[in-house]
Amino acid sequence: MYNEKVKEAFANPKNVGFIEDADGVGKVGNAACGDIMEISLKIKDDVIVDAKFRTFGCAAAIATSSTATEMVKGMTLDQALDLSNAQVVEELEGLPPQKIHCSVLAEEAIKAAIEDYKSKKK
Amino acid sequence: MQNRSIYLDNSATTYTDPEVLAEMLPYFGQVYGNASSQHFFGRDALKAVDTAREKVAKAIGCKPSEVYFTSGGTESDNWAIKGIAHAHADKGRHIITSVIEHPAVIKTCKALEKEGFEVTYLPVDNQGFISLQDLEKAIRKDTALITIMYANNEMGAIQPIREIGAIAKKYSVIFHTDAVQAVGNLPIDVVADNIDMLSMSGHKFYGPKGVGVLYKRNGLKIARFMDGGEQERNLRASTINTPAIVGIGKAIELAVANMEKNNAHIAKLRDRFVSQVLEKIDDIYYNGPKDTSKRLPSNANFSFEFIEGESILMRLDMAGIAVSSGSACSSGSLEPSYVLLSIGVPIEVAHGSIRFSFGKNNTMEEVDYTVEELVKTVKVLRELSPLVKMVKGENKYV
Repeated sequence: MYNEKVKEAFANPKNVGFIEDADGVGKVGNAACGDIMEISLKIKDDVIVDAKFRTFGCAAAIATSSTATEMVKGMTLDQALDLSNAQVVEELEGLPPQKIHCSVLAEEAIKAAIEDYKSKKK
Repeated sequence: MQNRSIYLDNSATTYTDPEVLAEMLPYFGQVYGNASSQHFFGRDALKAVDTAREKVAKAIGCKPSEVYFTSGGTESDNWAIKGIAHAHADKGRHIITSVIEHPAVIKTCKALEKEGFEVTYLPVDNQGFISLQDLEKAIRKDTALITIMYANNEMGAIQPIREIGAIAKKYSVIFHTDAVQAVGNLPIDVVADNIDMLSMSGHKFYGPKGVGVLYKRNGLKIARFMDGGEQERNLRASTINTPAIVGIGKAIELAVANMEKNNAHIAKLRDRFVSQVLEKIDDIYYNGPKDTSKRLPSNANFSFEFIEGESILMRLDMAGIAVSSGSACSSGSLEPSYVLLSIGVPIEVAHGSIRFSFGKNNTMEEVDYTVEELVKTVKVLRELSPLVKMVKGENKYV
């Protein structure tokens, strides 16, 4: 049901872990629903210089976490806030329909991490 | 990643045994007559169908005239439940079943509720067994049917069928059992167990897919399932599926003849697997009966804390191991297995569940390889999980 690109991102995920001195952390989803995504960001001059994730969830949730963190590295905060789940799905060359919610979770986790950064900065 | 091909999903389906296939083949070509035809082509096919009927009857201790061939377990369950409900509605519109039934039973009961029937869903204890006291208490004057599965497909619990049959008899309530996971794997005697109706499916015991049986005690009134021709004593229309019926006949004959030998082998594999997994992996639940005499010999079901079932399944798949997950993401729904929730597995843990079901061709070497890959898989996924925090090199729950 998964294409090769999704399988590869799941089998060898990038950016696994947690940035101990992160500037922003976003955690979305819940265990009862079967997926939690946590993304931590290192931000310098409004640019995301590092991103890491930890995910409890299905193969698609792990693949989208890996891909989304890859995509936002080097982006400005405005660019990252504009990142849509559809772009993550496109980067993965498609997800099964019942797995689209995983990409939404990835988008939300990034937005939550940036919000966290902005609220701390105030 | 691997060129291995290890099949540990024998409760989902089994391969068609070559001996079974060999028996079926002539009925696609040489003996292609319609078993309902009066000429010699038809008579030859009918002879084979009659032989298969006798084999099925012998395997479960009923008469050949009590065996009805269907398209599979789901059809047998649908027919048994709807057929009794509709034929006996004047006497009562109440049905008793359990919360852990297969969807073929649960959804059939739900459909009848929409027609105005009342259904009691008996709970199960934390090992997966219904209580006989609950059952007795649930019986009412208008109870038309008790339908309780013989053995559970997810966690292997074997219900106290003989005792249920005795209670049904005491109150003169019709008793149906979905024995799809039991037939071919457990000795069955419908007379001693007071079973009025029983469903089975050919492909669960090395027979072909697309064929099943409904056993129905003679004299029990049931509504027709399909309208059309007069096949199956005018109760189930449709051209007789001779090759598949020959297949299920041969398969059940072999399964019964080799049951002891196969079960001894399968249970040995399962027991080794379970003890190895419990020894090597922390923070897990072994779901279902602890007493192996009350559990399908093929079944092992674990929940792995902090990680999700589909991820486990996919990584094992990449390592060449085929298993089944009852978790949310594999089925596309957000709900984890209702069977595991009903035995008290916490919802967040139930998401991380995997069923391993062993078969006659699995080997001890495959068991050891699977344990090894499973240990790796769980470790990798826990390293990815935000529910686990590395504390001094050890995984701790946050």
